[in-house]
Amino acid sequence: MATVADEMQQPVAAEAAQTGYHYPDASGHFGRFGGRFVPETLMHPLAELTDAYERYLADPAFLAELDNDLRDYVGRPSPLYHAERWSRELGGAQIFLKREDLNHTGAHKVNNTVGQALLAKRMGKTRIIAETGAGQHGVASATVAARMGLECVVYMGEVDVARQRANVYRMRLLGARVVSVKSGSRTLKDALNEAMRDWVTNVDNTFYIIGTVAGPHPYPAMVRDFQAVIGRESRTQMLERSGRLPDVVMACVGGGSNAIGLFHPFIDDADVRMIGVEAGGEGLATGHHAAPLCAGKPGVLHGNRTYLMEDEHGQIAATHSISAGLDYPGVGPEHAWLKDSGRAEYVAVSDDEALAAFHGLTRTEGIMPALETSHALAYAAKLAPTMRRDQTIVVNLSGRGDKDMDTVAQLDGIEL
Amino acid sequence: MSRIDGLFQRLRGEGRTALIPFVTAGDPSPDVTVPLMHRMVAAGADLIELGVPFSDPIADGPVIQRATERALAAGVHLRDVLDMVRTFRAENATTPVVLMGYLNPIEIMGAETFAADAAAAGVDGTLVVDVPPEEAAELAGLLRPYGLDLVYLLAPTSDAERIARIGGVASGFVYYVAVKGVTGAGNLDIDGVGAKLAEIRARIPLPVGVGFGIKDGDSAARVAAVADAVIVGSAIVERIEALMDEPGAIPDAVAGFLGGLRQAIDQADQHKVLA
Repeated sequence: MATVADEMQQPVAAEAAQTGYHYPDASGHFGRFGGRFVPETLMHPLAELTDAYERYLADPAFLAELDNDLRDYVGRPSPLYHAERWSRELGGAQIFLKREDLNHTGAHKVNNTVGQALLAKRMGKTRIIAETGAGQHGVASATVAARMGLECVVYMGEVDVARQRANVYRMRLLGARVVSVKSGSRTLKDALNEAMRDWVTNVDNTFYIIGTVAGPHPYPAMVRDFQAVIGRESRTQMLERSGRLPDVVMACVGGGSNAIGLFHPFIDDADVRMIGVEAGGEGLATGHHAAPLCAGKPGVLHGNRTYLMEDEHGQIAATHSISAGLDYPGVGPEHAWLKDSGRAEYVAVSDDEALAAFHGLTRTEGIMPALETSHALAYAAKLAPTMRRDQTIVVNLSGRGDKDMDTVAQLDGIEL
Repeated sequence: MSRIDGLFQRLRGEGRTALIPFVTAGDPSPDVTVPLMHRMVAAGADLIELGVPFSDPIADGPVIQRATERALAAGVHLRDVLDMVRTFRAENATTPVVLMGYLNPIEIMGAETFAADAAAAGVDGTLVVDVPPEEAAELAGLLRPYGLDLVYLLAPTSDAERIARIGGVASGFVYYVAVKGVTGAGNLDIDGVGAKLAEIRARIPLPVGVGFGIKDGDSAARVAAVADAVIVGSAIVERIEALMDEPGAIPDAVAGFLGGLRQAIDQADQHKVLA
């Protein structure tokens, strides 16, 4: 398999020349989505960050270091596992799992934090901040900060601190300061607000590692480029294994970084269906969900224009999902664009369906997925039986479920 | 001539610095705001900045975040804020009012509907915190035909190129954010402010207001020595918060505080004239 550095050698520009898909444009827009909607104080640092990102993602020395870190520290390439028993039980398409849960720290998030931390180091920043929902991105940020000896502050909504205690402790063990955010809905969106406020204040020495493909330009493009290793590996692995591309690639979508990471290298393969699965919560009709692409409308939040969950006054709505990592009212602007352009499809599954898929995969394959990931698995379980046995679905197994033991036990009425 | 241009022209003639208070509309309850606006004018406010409540105010510190949450809890949204301005205008035809807020409530109303309704209500300009000039073309195109000024922020991180770019699109006045940080943050470095203002004035012909970090008569006077307008927000909102359980006392308390700032600014202006 080609090294990551080989594959990333000419990431954005050359790929566009070869393929035709060339988003975002120079100002960070994906069609009408994306952009840079931030207070003036952040405009200059965002321009600096864009310069650094464009420079280093074309710098062989940087890419070689990234390649080493992804191989030796993260454990890449991650396996593509044929879930034969689960596929047989579902009775249709063959399901392959891209095992991002086997990465160091247990989720895809670390692909991005390793990349952004290298960038922070190149830019001479000494302090890392991050927002986190489920805690996976917070852990991944604290991890790379520990390794590089950088100060790290993680913002986390008070509600999420309560439901993801193990990850909070993990971050503290790694030397990060976890700030419990008590404003607004006290979840991921408010953690992001607070991280932005920190960045505005400490912009000279601080690098803000956004964990998803949202935020102002260049974050959606930059995080995508760091996560696209998932899709590049999957593409190569499927071709090696079956001699052809998958029929469907599928991933859960909160902010959407694991989904974009898987989708992006397949965008120009018109025969590959791309399906993003949002958190349907208690059902789209109830309003208690976190599915802006399925049930929201375009607006501006956290520095970009995208689909949002909002009320008739333009106030951002409270969201609901059993998975803290999907409990976010917005979504990366590239997903908004892929939806409107018709290239990708977006669906939602309920809390109950996700929980059933969690149990299903755990029992048949001995793989315990994160509740976020379980949403993608739930839709794969619906779709596979409608497909032929010689067809294939790649599901991004974006994270492992250890962090969700408390939540699952509670939902099943069991006291640990 | 617009109310904002007229105001600054008159003050320039008089050698005076404008005092611009900021309050969040509807904090702590909707019926407080309009009487408070009138009292602030009586106490020496030259222009009023009215904050439009938004659920995710990323540029605001804890004081104004809490004000926003109180206003939202009281059910105050953009449409209600326009009604407040309309009511204020029935008795005050001269004091400019600028709405300060975030883009999403404007977008959902429809920017053109907003522009028409705001102009009809007597709003003079808007400062949309999360719309830098790069993203402003559409909004500016819709506001301008209605005579609404688009006020922009400038920050310590704005370099010469950005200052020039903002100068190309701003109208009314520009608002220099004197500290890196959110509203209510930090201490003022007045020498740094003076140097930056000179850089701004060399590239933008509009009046320059300075805000963030002005807490008392002393800091107001020091800013007045270099700026065309002194903008005070969190220090007022703190006083409102302290009286949220007896809202009847809010106008007096805020007027008393503003009166002190007015006095300090007027004294500074006399030194400026003498100098």
